Amino acid sequence: MSLSLPEVKRIAWLARIEITDAEAAAAQGQLNDIFKLIEQMQSVDTGGVAPMAHGQDVVQRLREDRVTETDQHAIYQAIAPQVENGLYLVPKVIE
Amino acid sequence: MDWETVIGIETHAQLSTASKIFSGAATQFGAAPNVQACAVDIALPGVLPVLNRAAVEKAVRLGLAVGAQINRRSVFARKNYFYPDLPKGYQISQYELPVVQGGSLPVMIKDVAKIVKLTRAHLEEDAGKSLHEDFHGLSGIDLNRAGTPLLEIVTEPDMRSAEEAVAYAKALHALVRWIGICDGNMQEGSFRCDANVSVRPKGAQVLGTRCEIKNLNSFRFLEEAINYEVRRQIELLEDGGSVVQETRLYDPERKQTRSMRSKEDAHDYRYFPDPDLLPLVISAETIEQIRSELPELPQAKRERYMRDYQLSPYDAGVLTSSREVADFYENLIQALGGGYKLASSWIAGELFGALKRAGLEICQSPISSGQLAGLLQRIQNNAINGKQAKEVFDAMWNGEGDAEAIILARGLTQISDARELEQIIDGVLAANLKSVEEYRAGKEKAFNALVGQAMKATKGNGNPAQINGILKKKLEG
Amino acid sequence: MLNSTLKQLSALLAQKKLSSVELTQSYLDRVARLNPGLNAFVTVDADRSLAQARAADAQIAAGKAQALTGIPVAHKDIFCAKGWRTTCGSKMLANFVSPYDAHVVERLNAAGAVILGKTNMDEFAMGSSSETCFWGPVKNPWDRTRVPGGSSGGSAAAVAARMAPVAIGTDTGGSIRQPAALSGICGLKPTYGVVSRYGMIAFASSLDQGGPLAKSAADLALMLNVMAGFDARDSTSLERPAEDYARALEAPPTGDRAKPLAGLRIGVPKEYFGEGLGSDVGAAVEAALAQFEKLGAQRVAISLPNSGLSVPAYYVIAPAEASSNLSRFDGVRYGYRAAEYSDLADMYRKSRAQGFGAEVKRRILIGTYVLSHGYYDAYYLKAQKIRRLIARDFVEAYQQCDLIMGPTSPNVAFALGAKASDPVQMYLNDIYTVAANLAGLPAMSIPCGFGEGNMPVGLHLTGNYFAEAKMLHAAHQYQLATDWHLRQPAGTE
Repeated sequence: MSLSLPEVKRIAWLARIEITDAEAAAAQGQLNDIFKLIEQMQSVDTGGVAPMAHGQDVVQRLREDRVTETDQHAIYQAIAPQVENGLYLVPKVIE
Repeated sequence: MDWETVIGIETHAQLSTASKIFSGAATQFGAAPNVQACAVDIALPGVLPVLNRAAVEKAVRLGLAVGAQINRRSVFARKNYFYPDLPKGYQISQYELPVVQGGSLPVMIKDVAKIVKLTRAHLEEDAGKSLHEDFHGLSGIDLNRAGTPLLEIVTEPDMRSAEEAVAYAKALHALVRWIGICDGNMQEGSFRCDANVSVRPKGAQVLGTRCEIKNLNSFRFLEEAINYEVRRQIELLEDGGSVVQETRLYDPERKQTRSMRSKEDAHDYRYFPDPDLLPLVISAETIEQIRSELPELPQAKRERYMRDYQLSPYDAGVLTSSREVADFYENLIQALGGGYKLASSWIAGELFGALKRAGLEICQSPISSGQLAGLLQRIQNNAINGKQAKEVFDAMWNGEGDAEAIILARGLTQISDARELEQIIDGVLAANLKSVEEYRAGKEKAFNALVGQAMKATKGNGNPAQINGILKKKLEG
Repeated sequence: MLNSTLKQLSALLAQKKLSSVELTQSYLDRVARLNPGLNAFVTVDADRSLAQARAADAQIAAGKAQALTGIPVAHKDIFCAKGWRTTCGSKMLANFVSPYDAHVVERLNAAGAVILGKTNMDEFAMGSSSETCFWGPVKNPWDRTRVPGGSSGGSAAAVAARMAPVAIGTDTGGSIRQPAALSGICGLKPTYGVVSRYGMIAFASSLDQGGPLAKSAADLALMLNVMAGFDARDSTSLERPAEDYARALEAPPTGDRAKPLAGLRIGVPKEYFGEGLGSDVGAAVEAALAQFEKLGAQRVAISLPNSGLSVPAYYVIAPAEASSNLSRFDGVRYGYRAAEYSDLADMYRKSRAQGFGAEVKRRILIGTYVLSHGYYDAYYLKAQKIRRLIARDFVEAYQQCDLIMGPTSPNVAFALGAKASDPVQMYLNDIYTVAANLAGLPAMSIPCGFGEGNMPVGLHLTGNYFAEAKMLHAAHQYQLATDWHLRQPAGTE
């Protein structure tokens, strides 16, 4: 399998990373080299093997329903690119 | 051509927990922007989610209430997309393995019962809010709502009209409040519906292309949006066009649905199991514990009222429309030691009428079930008649005290003494010879006129049943 | 002092022969002198460090000293530390001052340790050479024309050059062990779940694990004592009784004192000694295995048949998780936002294109692709199944042996820039280290000799789940009998 240039651009769009034509072309070559390495996976039969998401077979711990957090928004917003009246500002959101 | 409408509903019910689904921030509505958005909610680098036990228990509650399968093992997945109200760039939801699978909800459409099958219900987190006003052409982002626990309840495409969809939504709304998992406040967005609408030629087997109308936060909008969308799709198809699968928004001002621009580009959500969370495993003991805490459900109550109290399906439905109403009714009949039908008709009639006029919920009623029982007892033992009872009711509503005090204060005693009534009726007959003659000539209406005159003569305090009997005896005797 | 163990430093502090302020200042002086040539530290804040040192001295004076009280520790710049700029090696977070402490940082602070500074690293821990840093590459103290390994290259170089007595790092596919090996020091990645990930900026959540880098196994043990522990804020943190890893080192050998490792079965996987392994590295590792046998251990030939698939599976799983973990860097709430953009989508695209470096973007693209519609089963799901096969190989192997040993890296440190343009060659560096992350097993690297160009070679140890103490014991006994770990790069005196 190999990635086409439009596919490279599509995934860059999905990932919201601006990519020039030249960058996309360079990325295409590198990604295809990497996918050659990855394709080695297809050589093994994994029929009947359960996928493994974590190193250990443990289950989710539950937190008690208690409010433990206090208002810190002034501290958090001190490092924000653009805020006003406690709100984060972004270019107009279109619904 | 005849068309058939097919509707499926996805409901986002906000679970009434104190803290968020994956963080310890408060969920209270109406706080100042971002003061309830903690480090986890704003997705600072390095923070991690931990699941709220109460959210899980409330999901299980719903599952048990709709007779669904509770998956003993379910998995949280990430739904990846970029949006400023989604701080992590993904929403934690459940995808392949939801906590609740299957189940059904009985729904009354007028007097006809229908079962709406459910596909699933899964836990997920809510997003924040984008505010569009007053930011010099920019949008403001408030993340207080981000991370609020939601239960998304998905039906099969089982409904065939806007009316059925609304009936389902109302039944579900009543149920989630009944079992105490959601406050059902639609203005605050605690209960929002998405409708998947398609049409197909009557008799066709395959489904038509559907549109999803998002975020309908009132039953009226749900109904209007579906009706508009059905008309739009039929017109499109009849004009030889085709329906495009898309997400639409309902504009209540114009009473129209419109395509959502932000959802235009085809989404690829790249779902995968969230590696920050482990599989959610729910033990049989936990499920049984939650089952044992479930209240009697509306359907069971309705059937019991019809069977044990001989109420009509309609009355039983009204009394089980919410847990508060049913509780009021049950407290009332307990105080009365019976009087099932009398209690039912007073709640559905006088009480509901007064509440509606005052814009109150039953839990805000100025007349308690105990007070109403006091009044109904006087009716049962013939101490007052219906007209007087209404007067007492109004006085109680206005805070004039209990039934007994009002009756005493106003001298509202019913004249049930036969001799006294006979004397009064003799006088009425003597003064209304014309009516007497008419009645004897076969004019039934004349009888009613005489009853009216007799009641008037008792100043409305006569026992109507006795007056009827005495009159009949005298006229025919 | 430079080659003292943590225990010795602690004793000096306790006896008040040295104050924490003096110790911290002496390391700050070394950083000022050596760092310009090595680029191991990206942030030093002498005032903050010395304030912590003064507090530590007060604790010692009050008789409240603990094992690490007053000890300066270098922190990889991936751990959020309140009030410290925490950049994760990225332009994206170049101005991010953390408003909170990672769990590991809290524990170190509570134990009285001093934050000596934040160390350089591959951007978002994505790299095996510490060359993808926004702050420029880290140089290997043994040869400044070579890389120190990565991604915890700054921490490794800091310890190797004696700019810090000890450091902390993170390991997603070898990011503690490989730089430890290439820089001639020791590094430990604990069992997944032993160290909380809270406040450690995520690369690949199911693989990331924090751990110490130090000169000796004994120092690693003392560090792990503080770093390990349950944290309710990390769902994957394990609730288990505390262990004293340092005490396990001292465990008296039963029987023959010359053979302290009698009874220890060392599994040597044949797959780790095949094609691709440098002969210099192979020779050093063989010599180390012989030394372990001399100490009484028994060598067992084993096989990990699926080990060849660990790199392909890793380069699906890690980028997939990373592509999602890094979505939060969108220029809305913190971090870099492009100066000019036309609309919301453009702001995202430009902020992320400008804020991330080439390797990070490459991995985001790989991850986005393998999770995208139509490819999930062929890549992500397939990789998760192979992950299970790899974990099963270890389960089988541990029926025959107690520890698995082999090389940490196929070659000694390579020249700066040598592999920068060839991602596949770079990724193959991780061939012996990624399996432990996929399986969630504890693993470590210790120095075991020198190879080409007189560059250090690392010996890799993998234990069964929670076998950190056993690994540390074996490594400590080896270090009692050898002195590879005491070698110091020339020019760092």
